Amino acid sequence: MEITDKAFDQLAHLSRLQFTDTEKEEIKGDLQRMIAFVEKLEEVDTTGVTPLLHMSSASNVWREDAVKGSVTREDALLNAADADGQFFKVPKVIKK
Amino acid sequence: MSHISDKYEAVIGLEVHAQLATHSKLFCGDATTFGAAPNTQVSPITLGHPGTLPKTNKKAVEYAIKMGLACNCEIEQYNYFARKNYFYPDLPKGYQVSQHTTPICKGGYVTIKTGEETRNVQLNRIHLEEDAGKSIHDIDDQFTCVDYNRAGVPLIEIVTEPDLHSADEAYQYVTEVRRLVRWLNVCDGNMEEGSLRCDANVSIRLKGETKLGTKVEVKNLNSIRNVKKAIEYEIERMIALVEAGGTVKQQTRSFDAGNDTTFAIRDKEEANDYRYFAEPDLAPFHLSDTLISGIRESLPALPVALLAKYQTELGLSEYDAAQLCAEKETAHYYNQVLQHTQLYKAAANFINGPVKQYLNENKLGFEQFTVSPTQLAALLQLVEDGKVNFSVASSRILPAMIAAPEQDALQIATDMNLLQVSDTSELEQWVNIALESMPDKVTEYKKGKKGLIGLFVGEVKKLSKGKADPKLVTTLIQEKLK
Repeated sequence: MEITDKAFDQLAHLSRLQFTDTEKEEIKGDLQRMIAFVEKLEEVDTTGVTPLLHMSSASNVWREDAVKGSVTREDALLNAADADGQFFKVPKVIKK
Repeated sequence: MSHISDKYEAVIGLEVHAQLATHSKLFCGDATTFGAAPNTQVSPITLGHPGTLPKTNKKAVEYAIKMGLACNCEIEQYNYFARKNYFYPDLPKGYQVSQHTTPICKGGYVTIKTGEETRNVQLNRIHLEEDAGKSIHDIDDQFTCVDYNRAGVPLIEIVTEPDLHSADEAYQYVTEVRRLVRWLNVCDGNMEEGSLRCDANVSIRLKGETKLGTKVEVKNLNSIRNVKKAIEYEIERMIALVEAGGTVKQQTRSFDAGNDTTFAIRDKEEANDYRYFAEPDLAPFHLSDTLISGIRESLPALPVALLAKYQTELGLSEYDAAQLCAEKETAHYYNQVLQHTQLYKAAANFINGPVKQYLNENKLGFEQFTVSPTQLAALLQLVEDGKVNFSVASSRILPAMIAAPEQDALQIATDMNLLQVSDTSELEQWVNIALESMPDKVTEYKKGKKGLIGLFVGEVKKLSKGKADPKLVTTLIQEKLK
């Protein structure tokens, strides 16, 4: 499978990333190699093999419905790019 | 318009999101209380910090199963969560954890009644997912403010097939879903606070056509009335558009409650690409037959079953039965009263009448009603035995019982001097006074105007302040005036 400019731009958009033309060529090459790797794996006949969705064999790992583990608002906002002491602030999502 | 709209059939599918009434979130221990100060119910897991591991809330899974069983769904025994990847500020992790491939409940139906017709609305699925945070657009000119308290709150999304055909059906359906979630205690059903939210997919097609038309999705329907109004508006808008030679565009629209119309918020973008994959951080879960049958056995009698039972076994009218089943608390109370009396019909009348009136007037819920089922049954027996009449029981004794729930009905009636008098000599005195006060009417009665008996009985009732047993009084008067 070839990584076209269209496919590249779509991926970049979905990831909300922007690249210069030089970066783009470089990353396209990387992506191409990653896909080739996966395509190699696809050569294995997996007919009748149940897809492996989880690396661990654990199942039914439950939490009881109890309130615990919250942090203070001050701590919660520590890593925010922008905040006003109450809210996380982000660029306007909708124009009114 | 009606003759033109007769050519078309509306096809509607509804997605109802119900916040599960758990104490903590779906994958971590943050509280889920509505209305808390912004960003005070958040943890590193909610905020999507690196290195955190989510863990599934067992109660949320049980609630989803409860709802599925109540909606006659098949329960998926092998479940896992998936990541739905997209960027939006209210989604801290950059993906929503949802059930893409294996919804916990498959198929099923919800029974609705519109007019005389009862039918089953087919469900596609009910799946578990986490709620997003809340964006607030109007408190800051420059920025959108985000509160992540809601992020991670457990939701079930209840998805119908495109199986509804009018705004009225949609109204009945959402009403029924709300009654069910409340009945099962899995969600408080509060649409104003957003615990229950509804999106409607609406399309039209010519009658007889089997292919679905282009659909529009209407969002932000925060009351059942608005669900109905938005769908009514959409159907009319689409028919007018098509009749004028236009075509319906696939859009997401929003309802404006200010003028009962909808407006486009976005045209269909390039196909969404959510790149679903199994959530590697959460272990899959397997639901055993024992667990499922245990939950099935714990389900309360559902409204549809009670409705039938009240009519066929207890002989109530459909109206009375429906009134009792409108809310879980009412039906529950009625069921308790039935433990203490066989006066089924009288109990239904009294609960649907004076008791509900009292609760409505005082803006109280049934759970705040202080008169015990035993007490109410005793009061009904007093009426049945002719010791007090219905109107005295409802207007005098009931309020006294509410004020003093520890006293029994007979004691109150005795203390307040409200027991009906069936002592003939005392009754005769009132009858004599009454008849003497209106000699003209007595003459008319004797000439054959037998309908006047009601007037005489009424007069005796007045003289006795409601204490005279009306049956005895009637007999006495008839005897006297023979």
